[in-house]
Parts: sequence; C-alpha cells; structure tokens
Amino acid sequence: MAKSSMATPPAGADQRRPLAGAGSSHLGEKSIKFLLALCAAFSIIVTTGIVVALVVPTVSFFGEITFSEFLFGTVWQPAFANPSFGVLPIVVGTLIVVVTALLVAIPIGLASAVYLSEYASPRVRKTIKPVLEVLEGIPTVAIGLFAFFFMRPIAESLFPFFPWETPFSIGIAGMAVGLLIVPLVASVSEDAMRSVPGGLREGAYALGSSKMRVTLRVVFPAAISGIIAGIVLGTSRAIGETMVVLIAAGAGNPNLTFDWFNSAQTMTAYIGGTATGDIPQGTIVYDTIFAVGTLLFSMTLVMNIIATRLVRRFREVYE
Amino acid sequence: MVIDKGKRPQRSRLAVAGARAATDSIFATSSRSDRIGNVLFRSLLLLGMGVALLGLVAIILWSLVEGAPRLDAELITEGPSSIMPESAGYRTAILGTLWVIGGVVLFIVPVGVGAAIYLEEYADKTRWWNRAIEVNIQNLAAVPSIVFGILGLAFIVRGPLSLGFVAAAGSFTLSLLVLPTVILAAREAIKAVPNSTRLGSLGLGATKWQTIWHHVLPGALPGILTGLILSVSRAIGESAPLLLVGAVTFVTFDPSFLEGQYSVLPVQIYNYAGRPQEEFRVLAAAGVILMLAVLLTMNSFAIWLRNHYENKNAR
Repeated sequence: MAKSSMATPPAGADQRRPLAGAGSSHLGEKSIKFLLALCAAFSIIVTTGIVVALVVPTVSFFGEITFSEFLFGTVWQPAFANPSFGVLPIVVGTLIVVVTALLVAIPIGLASAVYLSEYASPRVRKTIKPVLEVLEGIPTVAIGLFAFFFMRPIAESLFPFFPWETPFSIGIAGMAVGLLIVPLVASVSEDAMRSVPGGLREGAYALGSSKMRVTLRVVFPAAISGIIAGIVLGTSRAIGETMVVLIAAGAGNPNLTFDWFNSAQTMTAYIGGTATGDIPQGTIVYDTIFAVGTLLFSMTLVMNIIATRLVRRFREVYE
Repeated sequence: MVIDKGKRPQRSRLAVAGARAATDSIFATSSRSDRIGNVLFRSLLLLGMGVALLGLVAIILWSLVEGAPRLDAELITEGPSSIMPESAGYRTAILGTLWVIGGVVLFIVPVGVGAAIYLEEYADKTRWWNRAIEVNIQNLAAVPSIVFGILGLAFIVRGPLSLGFVAAAGSFTLSLLVLPTVILAAREAIKAVPNSTRLGSLGLGATKWQTIWHHVLPGALPGILTGLILSVSRAIGESAPLLLVGAVTFVTFDPSFLEGQYSVLPVQIYNYAGRPQEEFRVLAAAGVILMLAVLLTMNSFAIWLRNHYENKNAR
C-alpha cells in the first residue's frame, strides 16, 4: 500500500526543508551522508576534469599558433605537410548544419507541438506523444546511415539540376540533424504551451477569437520563452552532433566554402574523425583536437546558459 | 447577481462557450477568409506533425528493407571480416557493448541515485556549494557527447588513470556522459514522494537513512527506473565519444573488460558503412535493425512505466 500513498505530491514540495533525522548522530548515518555527498560532488570533479583536459593542451596549442591565425584563418588542414590552422571552414560547416537543421526542425517541431497542445484530442495526444518520445531514442548512427544511403540519393534524383559532385552533402547531413532534433524541440515547446493557463484561452474565446487566433496571438506569445528555450536546446544539440555529420558529410574541404550540396566538415566531425586511432600525444595535430573542443564547449555552454535563463523565466510566470 | 462560489468555474466556462457561440454566429458568415485561414492553419499543423512522424518512421522502415537480407544467425554469432562480408557479423561488437554497458550500469546506479538522494534529502539548499553542484549537473547534461570523449582520451585512456584503449575506458567515459541525466531523473522521482511518507516514518522512530531506504526509495523506484533505462539506452546508442577512446579498431576476437581492443555495436556499424562493397551496406543496415529493436523496446518500456505510474498518481 506504500505506493498508493504517493498519490498526490504535496503542493509545497519545493519548500521542503531537510529533515532533522531521528538518529542523525549515529556514526553510520553520518558516514552514509558523507558517501552520498561524495557522489554529488563527483559531478564537480567531472566538470573540472573537462575544463582542465580542454584548457591545458589548448594553451600549448596557442603557444605555437597565434590566436588570430586560428580564429580568422580560412584554410583548415592541420595534418598536411604544409599545415594551416584557420578554424573558420569547420565553424562554417557547423553553422551550415545548424541553420539547415533549424530550418527543418523549427516549422516541423513547432507545428507538431501546437497540434499536440491545442488541437489534438486527448486520445490522439496520448498515443502520439509517447511515440515521439520513443522515436527520440533512434541512435544517431542510424540517422547518419539513413541520410547517406537514402536521403542523399533521393535528393539527387529529385533535384538533378543542383551541383551534386560527391556522395556526401553537408546540407543533407543538416536536414538529417534537423529530423533528429524535431522530437526535442516539439516536446519542450509543447510543455511550454500546455503550461499556459486555460483562463487566457477562454478570455480570448470570450472576445470572439477563432482557434487559430487564440493559438497564434495568445498561447504562442505567452509560451514564447519556453518555445525559444526548446529551439536553443535543439541548436546546442545540433552543434554537438557528430555521427550524422561524420557519415553523411564526408571528410570535408579544407577551404572556406558555403557549398550546401557537397562534402564539408564540422567541428565535431573533425574531432571524431581525427582522434580515431592512436595519434601521437604532444604533436600539434593532437592539440588541435583540444583547441577545437574548447571552441565547441564554449559555444554550447553559452547556448545552454541562455536556455536555462529562458526556461526559468517562463516558469516564474506560470507556476 | 450572486454566484455560488463552488459553481463558479463551471458557470464561467458556460458563459465563455455561450459568448463564443454567439460571436461565432455573428461573425462566422461574414469572415469567410478567417474560416478558410483556420482550416488552412489546421492542415498545416497536421502536415508538420505528419512529416515529423513520417521522417522518423522512414528511418526504421529503410533499415528494415535494406537490412532484411542479412537478418540471420550469423549476424550475431560471427565476428567481423573484411574479406567475407556476406557472413560477417557483430559478435565481438555485441560482446563489447555488453562489457561497456555492464560497466555503465554498475557505475551510474549507485553514484547517480546516491547523488540524487543527497541533493533531495540531505543538501541544505541555502549553502552555495549545494547550489553550485545543482547548476553544474544541469550544465553537464548539455555538454556535447564528443567533449566527454576528449575528457576520456585525456584523463581515462591517458593521463591520471591511463587505462589504455580498453572497454573499461569506454565504459567509464559513457558513465560520465549519462550520469547527469540519471541524477536529474532520480531527483524528480524522489521529489514526487510526498513528505507525509517521510514524516510518518520518522515519527515512528526510524532513522533518516531507514526512512529513505525503506520508504522514499521504494516510492521513487518507478521514476528512477525510467530515468535509468532511458540513460542506458542512450549509452548503447552513443558512439561519438567512443571514437576517441578506442572503439574503432577491427576486433576479431572476443573482447574483455580490462585488456585488449574492443568495439561496440554503433561504432562497428559506422565502420561497416564506410566500406565500399554493397554487402557491407546491407550488413550495416542489419546492425541498425538490431540496435533499433533493443533501443526502441527499452524506451517503450521506460515510457510505459512512467505513464503507468503517472496515471496512477493522478487518480
């Protein structure tokens, strides 16, 4: 019967103070608390580890390559006999993937979210939402293969007039990444729209608005920070996506291009493609992995700080 | 007019419905474009939703069609071979995945649940270090997976731990990757256990740990289990960080945990997909079917579990 007693979470659960336990003076109780605290503190060690692992080789990298050569150079070929360390080509590759992914994921994800939250009957929602959640678990390697072996050939046969030259395409990879983040964007923004109080909708209906108007002019603006948070989370996921790009976008082009239809490299694909195998430690190529990793880490960190801020703001308003 | 307070929401809903019907009847005929717009909007939404579902389901269908010819026993019992793709399989990769994931489970269950218990039951949230841990876990959950690969390469394969390119290193790297997700899910589950459960147990003289162990944890179990299953399924499908910690080698013998080369299922699929022969492409698709079968079953079970207990709670 213990389980049925958890039926209703108390309204003030968040304000719960830690309880002063009856036997908290026992040695055993204290050592348990200490062990649990260690488990929690472990996450701090992990973060410190990430920062140290990234920063130390990055510093030694910038001992040899100047900062401006790295950030503003337009040729990326670190492993060549005549190496060049301009990171812009792979940053642009990442940007192409992210923009394409968002162009796919924002309309599709938001349409799904609006439909599920405002239009679908409870029964439809109860079936489709879990299906979307389950599909979120499709491994990225599967999506990468799908993009490379299915989407790319189909795209060429549908649009033969575009300049397809290699079997790889950064744009197709971006579309596949978009498909990958649709469930994420949809579920976060659907949660945001559903937490808009019903009174707002009813008020708008009372003034004679149609359902579309209520959705677009009332629900959407009221949920906007949550929706943006979903998009930002999707963006950060797209920046960090590796396997799809590695499979579908190929080994890339060392020069700065905006060629949507052919092979290009992203930051993640560079790291994943270069660090496979036992590359010798202490070489400049080894250090580039960490320099690119630092750039990637800082970009996603900024995105996530924005997302957390936005989510907090939208929670404050409606809970 | 005096309105009975108990009936107020019902009445206002009726009033809204009435007003809506009235305005509809006034404006509906006159603003035909508005009605067409509504229908159009609704169909656009349906289209978006349809494309989302279709795109995701197409991935499953494609792998089924493409990989069907290789759905045989050799797929599981045979190791990789570069000369005989028609009878090569995933034996060593599956064993490698089992080793790696076994290690992940052994690590994340105690550490993840332990951290969640500390943060929910013991931590004084007015202390800055506890708040720092919370913020830190949230940020860690969103770090790209390949960055964990870099951490694994620098500190687990080389550096302080120096395990080398072995299954244990892959296991440890993936554990760090999914740990934040486990902690966040377990915290939510523990939070949902009503405080009266704790007070009742403490009031009967149980110690704090007895209360947690015998009353809070059993109540939070379904939620914790859901989070664990989803995290483990993510770890099974994750391949990017493992590229950095050595899972790319072509392993022809059964791997072990602490020594020798290893590979895992998704990385082996990636490896096969990169080969030019047609047979390897079929083999890769068959591997995807294998993974989808395992992952989608796990996810469905986890989500069913969560919804089942959520409904129970709502009643």
